[in-house]
Amino acid sequence: MTTAGDRQKTTYREAIRQAIREALNRDERAFVMGEDVGRYGGCYAVTKGLLQEFGEERIRDTPLSEAAFVGAGIGAAMAGMRPIVEIMTVNFSLLALDQIVNNAATIPHMSGGQFAIPLVIRMATGAGRQLAAQHSHSLEGWYAHIPGLKIVAPATLEDARGMLWSALQDPNPVLIFEHVNLYNMEGELAADAGPVPLSGAVVRRPGRDLSVITYGASLHKSLAAAEQLAAAGIEAEVIDLRSLRPLDDRTIMSSLARTRRALIVDEGWRSGGISAEICARLAEQAFYDLDAPPSRLCGAEVPIPYPKHLEDAAIPQVDTIRAAAVELVRPQGRSA
Amino acid sequence: MTAKPHLNRAHARHLLEQMLRIRLFEERCAELYTQQKIRGFLHLYVGEEANAVGVMGALSGDDSIVATYREHGHALARGIAMGPLMAEMYGKSNGTSRGRGGSMHIFDRPTRFYGGNAIVGGGLPLAVGLGLAEKMRKGSGVAVCLFGEGAVAEGEFHESLNLAALWKLPVLFVCENNLYAMGTAIERTESETDIHRKAEAYRIGSHRVDGMDVVAVEAATRRALECIRAGAGPQFLECMTYRFRAHSMFDSQLYRDKAEVERWKERDPIRRFSEWALASGLLHGEDVVELEKKASAEVDAAVAFAEGGAWEPVADLCRYTLMDAVPT
Repeated sequence: MTTAGDRQKTTYREAIRQAIREALNRDERAFVMGEDVGRYGGCYAVTKGLLQEFGEERIRDTPLSEAAFVGAGIGAAMAGMRPIVEIMTVNFSLLALDQIVNNAATIPHMSGGQFAIPLVIRMATGAGRQLAAQHSHSLEGWYAHIPGLKIVAPATLEDARGMLWSALQDPNPVLIFEHVNLYNMEGELAADAGPVPLSGAVVRRPGRDLSVITYGASLHKSLAAAEQLAAAGIEAEVIDLRSLRPLDDRTIMSSLARTRRALIVDEGWRSGGISAEICARLAEQAFYDLDAPPSRLCGAEVPIPYPKHLEDAAIPQVDTIRAAAVELVRPQGRSA
Repeated sequence: MTAKPHLNRAHARHLLEQMLRIRLFEERCAELYTQQKIRGFLHLYVGEEANAVGVMGALSGDDSIVATYREHGHALARGIAMGPLMAEMYGKSNGTSRGRGGSMHIFDRPTRFYGGNAIVGGGLPLAVGLGLAEKMRKGSGVAVCLFGEGAVAEGEFHESLNLAALWKLPVLFVCENNLYAMGTAIERTESETDIHRKAEAYRIGSHRVDGMDVVAVEAATRRALECIRAGAGPQFLECMTYRFRAHSMFDSQLYRDKAEVERWKERDPIRRFSEWALASGLLHGEDVVELEKKASAEVDAAVAFAEGGAWEPVADLCRYTLMDAVPT
C-alpha cells in the first residue's frame, strides 16, 4: 500500500500515462485521440493499456489525418469537451498547422472572446534516436512564435506528470512537447505528485559563474556538463525554461543579474529560433548586467541526419555544452 | 418547384422575408464599402440566398453551424440580429465579435454559430469536432458545415468526410457549389465535377439540390437531418447555385461571360420564389411590398446601430488572445 508522499520508481512515459489516466478519471469531458493511441498503445507507448481501461469512446484511434483530428479536437473543445490530442511527432504536426495556427490560436480573439479552445495537444519532439530528417526536429520554438498558444516542454518526471493536468484546466490551447529521449528516463516521483503550473522557469542547479538557459532533453545534458564544470572550478546555474510561451523573463534576468553570463542551449536551429528570442530579451532587459555577449549552442543548421555520429554532431552534447561554458567564462585568445 | 405540406402562407412569408433581408443587407454593404465604411475583403452572397434560408430554416436551436467567409446570409438566416452583424462589418465594439473579426469572421455563441472561417476547407474539421462532442454527450444536435466547391480540392475536405463517416457523427455537410473557386471554374480544378459523388465514395448519403430553389433546399435539409438524427451518420448536400456579384469587391470578373451571369440571374431565387408564391395564391402583391419595406427599415436601423457603435479601446488590443476562463 502506498500513502501520500511515498516516492515510487517510474519513468517519464509512465508519468505522462498516469497524468492522462488521472485526467480521464477526474474529468468525464476528457478523452484521448490520435494515431495509434489505442490498440497499438501509442507510437512511444505512452497510452499503452488505456484503451482496455477506458474503452474506445475515450481512447480514439484516428485515421492518418492530422488536420481532421486536430481540427476535430478544436471543435470538440469549443463545444465543451476536453480533448487530449496526440500527434506522433512534431514533424507530422505540420500537417495540422492550419488548424493549430489559423483556428486554435485565432478563434478566441476573432470571436471577441465568445469561444475558448481548452485543447491539449501532446507531441514528441527532438533528435537522438536516429530517425533522420522527418522525425527528429525541434520545432517548439516555431510554435512559440504564435500568440494564442501556450507552449510547454516538461523535462522532469514531476513536470511530465503535473503539466498535463494544468494544461487540461487551462482555457487556452496548450501544446506539450515531449522529447523522445526522455520517455525512458527513470526516477522517483511522489505518489501524490500534484499539478505543475504552465508558466515559470525554474533553477535546477544554482551557480555563480554563468547561467545555462535550456529546456527539454538538453536540460539533462546541461546538468551533466555543469557537474563536469564544477570539477574545473566553474559553477554553472542551470535554468529549465519549462515554458517557451510565455517565457519567464523574470527568472532569466534575475539569474543573469547574479551570474552576468548567459549560455543558451537549444536543439532547435539558431536562425530565428527561441534562442534568438532569449538573446534579444537579454539585450533588451539585462544589457548592463552582462559581462560577456550572450552565447548560444544550438542545433546545426542542417536537416537532422541519420547516422549516429552526424546526428550527435548536429545537436548540443555534454562536451560541447561544457566547452561553450568554458569559452564564455574563460575566453581563449582574449586576455581575461 | 415542389410544394411541401409545411408550406403555408406564414412559412412562405418567412422564406421570402429571410431572403429579402439578406439581399437588402448585402446590397447596402456594397454601398457602404464604396463609402469606405466597410473595409478589408467583402464577399457578397447575392444570388445564393436560397441556400442559407433553406438550410437554416430546417435547423433547431441545438444544432451548430460552421460557415465560410461568405457567411452574412447564413448568420442572418440563423437569427443573428442585423444590428450587431452590421456593426461587425464596420469593426465596431457593438459587433458580434466586438469588431475583431469583421465580415469574414462572424461568431455568435447564443445561436451556436462557430464562424466565419476564411481558410477554404478549414471549417470542416471543426464541424467534425462539434459533431463528435454532440455524439459523445449523447445530444440530439447536428453540426452543419457550409463550404464552397473550392473546398473540395483541399485535403481537409477528404479527411473530414472520412472521419465523420467512420465515426458516424451527426454532421451535415452542405456544399454551396457556385461553380467558381474565386476566379477558377470547377472544370479547371476538379477531375470529378459531380461533387456529391465524392461524398458517396465515403459512404455518406449524398444528394444534389437546386440551390436557387429555397423550398427544395429546405426539403432536402429536413430529409438529411432526419437521417442524421435517426443515427445514419453524416449526410451531404450539393446545392447548385451561383453568385451574381464578384468574388469580392476587388474582382473585375474577367473569368466569366456576362451572358452566363445573365442566364443565372433569370433564376434569381427571390424573384422565382415570389413569382411562384404569387401565382399559387400563397402570397399577395402587398406581402412582397410590405416585406421589402420591413427589411429595408431593418437595414436602416442596423446601419444606425453600427454608426452609433464605439470603437474598441486600443488599450484592449490584446484582449482575448489568451482567455482567462472558458465562457459558459
